[in-house]
Parts: sequence; C-alpha cells; structure tokens
Amino acid sequence: MIAGKFQTKATSRAITEWCLTHVCLLAGLLSIVTTFGIVFVLLNEARKFFAVVPPAEFYFGRQWEPMFAEPKFGALPLMAGTFQIAAGSALVALPIGLLIAIYLSEYASPRIRRVVKPALEILAGIPTVVYGFLGLTFVTPILQSWGLPLDTFNALSGAIVVGIMIVPLVTSLSEDAIAAVPKATREAAYGLGASKAEVITNVVLKSASSGIAASFILAISRAVGETMAVTLAAGAKPNLTLSPFEQVQTMTAYIAATVKGDVPYGSTGYQTLFAVGFSLFAMTLSLNLLSMKLVKRLKKHHA
Amino acid sequence: MPDFASSRISTARQAKDRIFRGLCYGAAALGVLLLVIVLWGAVREGFSALTPKFFRGYPTASVSRAGIMPALLGSLWIVLLTLAISLPVGIAAAVYLEEIARKTRLNAFIQANIANLAGVPSIIYGILGLAVFVRFFGFGNSIVAAACTMSLLVLPTVILTTQEALRTVPMAYREGSLACGATPWQTLLRMTLPCSSGPILTGVILAASRAIGETAPLLVVGALASTREVPHGIRDPYTVLPIQIFNWSGMPQHAWHVKAAGAIIVLLTMLLALNAVAIVLRNKATRI
Repeated sequence: MIAGKFQTKATSRAITEWCLTHVCLLAGLLSIVTTFGIVFVLLNEARKFFAVVPPAEFYFGRQWEPMFAEPKFGALPLMAGTFQIAAGSALVALPIGLLIAIYLSEYASPRIRRVVKPALEILAGIPTVVYGFLGLTFVTPILQSWGLPLDTFNALSGAIVVGIMIVPLVTSLSEDAIAAVPKATREAAYGLGASKAEVITNVVLKSASSGIAASFILAISRAVGETMAVTLAAGAKPNLTLSPFEQVQTMTAYIAATVKGDVPYGSTGYQTLFAVGFSLFAMTLSLNLLSMKLVKRLKKHHA
Repeated sequence: MPDFASSRISTARQAKDRIFRGLCYGAAALGVLLLVIVLWGAVREGFSALTPKFFRGYPTASVSRAGIMPALLGSLWIVLLTLAISLPVGIAAAVYLEEIARKTRLNAFIQANIANLAGVPSIIYGILGLAVFVRFFGFGNSIVAAACTMSLLVLPTVILTTQEALRTVPMAYREGSLACGATPWQTLLRMTLPCSSGPILTGVILAASRAIGETAPLLVVGALASTREVPHGIRDPYTVLPIQIFNWSGMPQHAWHVKAAGAIIVLLTMLLALNAVAIVLRNKATRI
C-alpha cells in the first residue's frame, strides 16, 4: 500500500523530469531554428530578387538607385561605403585596442585595472545610436573647425565613432589572448636579456598572434554589421567614392533607411532589403567563422 | 676601457622601451578619456532639456513641448516582455547544454551555432522579425512583435552567460546533492541554479541593457517615428527611447538635438544604473 503510493509519486516525478528535460532540449534547438529562420527568410526573398536582377549586376554594378522609375541595382556603392567604414574604424580601433590590452595585461597595477576595465565595459555598453548622435553633432563639427572639408554626413566621422565603439571588443579579446601566453615564455625571453618592450613585441604578441588576429576580425565584423552610428554619422546617400570627407551609405544604413520609408510589400524594392541583408549576413558570418577558427588554433597552440 | 658601442645600443633599447610603455599608457588613458568625452558630450548638450515636462510630454511637432513619456513607457514594456520571453528559454537552453546534454554532434552544433548567432548583426534580426513576427504571425507593428525579435537577439547572450554561471558551481556540490538521494533535477533546481544565481543575474542585466539600447532591429520591425499614444497592451503600437533619439538626431534644427541629448542622458542613466548593479554583483561573486 505504502510502497504503491511511493511508486506513483516516483513515476509522476519521472514523467515531470522527462518533460523538463525535453523542454530544455527544445530551448536549445530554438537557436538552430533561429539560424535556419534567418537563412531561409533572407534566401527566400533574395532568390526572387536575383530572378529579376542578375547577381553580376548586383555585385559589380556601380549605380544603386533601386527606387527610381528606371531602377539600377548595382550594390557596389553600398559595399564601398561598408568597406570604408570598416577599414577606417579598424585603423582607429585596432592599434588603440591592442595597446590598451597590452597595458592592462603587462603594465597596469590592479588598482588602475579596476578603473580602466569598467570604463571600457561602459564604453562597450553605450547604445550605438548614441555614438551616431555624437558623430553627427560632436565629431563632425570639431573636425570641420579644424579645417577639414567635411560634408554634414561623412565617412570619416562614421569611421571614428564606430572605431571608438569597437575598441572595447578588441581590448577584451586581445587581453584574453595575451593572458593565455605562459609566464615561462616571458621569463625565458627576460633570461636572454630582452627588455620589457622587446619581450612584449617579439615574444608575447607573436605567441598570442592568432588570438589577437581573431579579435581584430571579430571587431571588423562588428563594424560591418553596425547600423545606427553609420546611418546618423555617415549618411544615407549611396556614393561610390574613396574620399572619407563625403557622405556614404553602408549596406546596413541602406536597410535602415529603406524600411523607414515603407516600401511596398513584395516589390523588387522590398526584395533589395533581403538581397543586401543576405550579402551582409554572409560577410559577417564568414568573418566570425574565421575568427573562431583562429581562436581554436590559439587554444591548440597553448595546449 | 668601457664598451661605448654596446652602451649606446642599450640606451637606444632603453629609449624604445620607454616609448613603447608610453604608447601603452597613452592608449589606456585615451580609452578612459573617450568615455569621459562621450558622457560629457551628451550631458553638456542635453542637460537643459531635462525638465519635468520633458518626462511627461509626448513627442509633439513643436520642439518646446516635445517629451519622452511614450518612448520611456515603450522601452519599459519591451524590456520587461523581452526578459519574460528570453530568460526562461535562455536559461533552459543553457541548462540543457551544460547539465543535461551529452557530447553528441548535435549538441556541439547547437553550441557552435549559438556562438555564431551572437555575432549576427542586429539589423538582420530585424529582418527576421519583420518576415516572421510582423508578417507571418501577423503581429503587425506591435510591442509583442518587437519583444519577440528582441528576445531572439538577446538569447545568445543569456545562454552563454548562464552557461558560464553554471560552470562556476563546483562538481562536488552536485555530487553531494546526488549522494543525499536527490534526483538530477532536484539537484539542478535546489543546488546548482541557486548557487549560480549571482552570475546568472549578471547575464540578465547584460541582456536587459542590450534590449534597452538596441535600435536597428526595432526600426525594421516598425517602431513608430512618433506617437501620441501611450501603449496599454502588447498588441499596441509603440516607440522606444533609442528610436526617439534617432529621429530627433536626424532633424536639422539644433533645438531637436538638445532634446535628443536629453533623451540620451535618460537612456545612459538607466544603463549605468543597470551596469552598476552588475558590477556590484560580480564583485560579490568573486569574493565567495
């Protein structure tokens, strides 16, 4: 009798636990559904777009006027804008970010670390729209007052604010890579009579190079996918130029500007969103995968 | 006779050493300075906008009366709903990967996949939300569509930080609980999760600050440019603080930029408060 009561309690508990386990599995599988959802949604509409516009025209065409009466679907200006912002912000962020990482792991006292690290974390947590605002109302006027011939919207300010935005990412990932270099490696170099700077540049950075490269690539991927800061600071006019003083439109800024303007559902203009989105997704995904591969190599190297 | 040649080399090396150190110190100082500049830039511009009327007002067409009340409430709705959706799902997924799953190919794939999702640009989530929640499920430009989109966006963050948190609990705790006769699920619910609640909360705060600050996906899933209505339910249209900032920043007149900066101060204050809580929690956790 009593045993039977225990039995039913135990079985019902077993059923509950079986259910809980499978609910957790479902939650895990949701991430796969999300990925497939992204790929499906982008490909489904992009496919319709590429049925009308040949991919060669899209990827090599030099004019992007999708909303005109006689539309032109050459996405090169958007890609050039994206490239300009990514390259410019990398020039700002990679050296600064790496030097801060070196400072934090090799020079800083614990007390200063406790100031610099949270400062960077806060910098990383500031919404991108704020960076866009500052680029437009703060950075551009300052640069103009220095005599640079800048448009109100310009690639230079966009690159600078996106660069500031990705510094914390470069720092935190590079610092992890530098911290993974064994102490014995450093001591061996000191033992050979190297100065501190020589130990860092010739030994530590080389040993951590794949991790540092991974942080650089991830930061560039972030810059490529950044939307609000570039929309506000760099502008919304497709422009095939290499001049950093002019207005440019990135791929992300195009998507942001176009959805705001209520494009008719199902039109080729609507499908451009997905064609551009798919190209953007493919770019950032390959950068992210490359970065992960480098991190794995670093782990193997130190194992 | 002293060896002048080699001593000259060593001074050159010493100089290089000093220059390199100077560069590193300079970069670190610049990092802190940038934060100060960013915060100061917003506060200097927007402080005069912070009046009681600004908090109670609607985003009207006249600059002098424009306020952020609907945006503030919209942000609150979306953050709370996003957390309500993403926390149970994210924690469950983390529990699966960390506590239940065996090392199968499927689970390794899920793990790699989550790492990848964390790197997908936020505007792509917006496009996904537009196609799935706004159009396919027919949620329209509503709070629930925005919160679902935002939940997918923050899920990788929640999962990865919860996994880290679960890893901080020593194996011996679980073994002790199991040895006392607890089932694996009792161990999880009464031992492992409570022991890791501190760092899990840090992840929750990270997710919340992401949900408050993100702009691009909500632009795509149809946050309103301006609204005279305060949202009353999850099917209502909405606007949020970052969208409000974006719209006011895009205006050519300087007076609107003051309003935008005022809204930025409000947004940053909320984020700093959340971050401060996270830092305090983490310091507490490391002390244990």
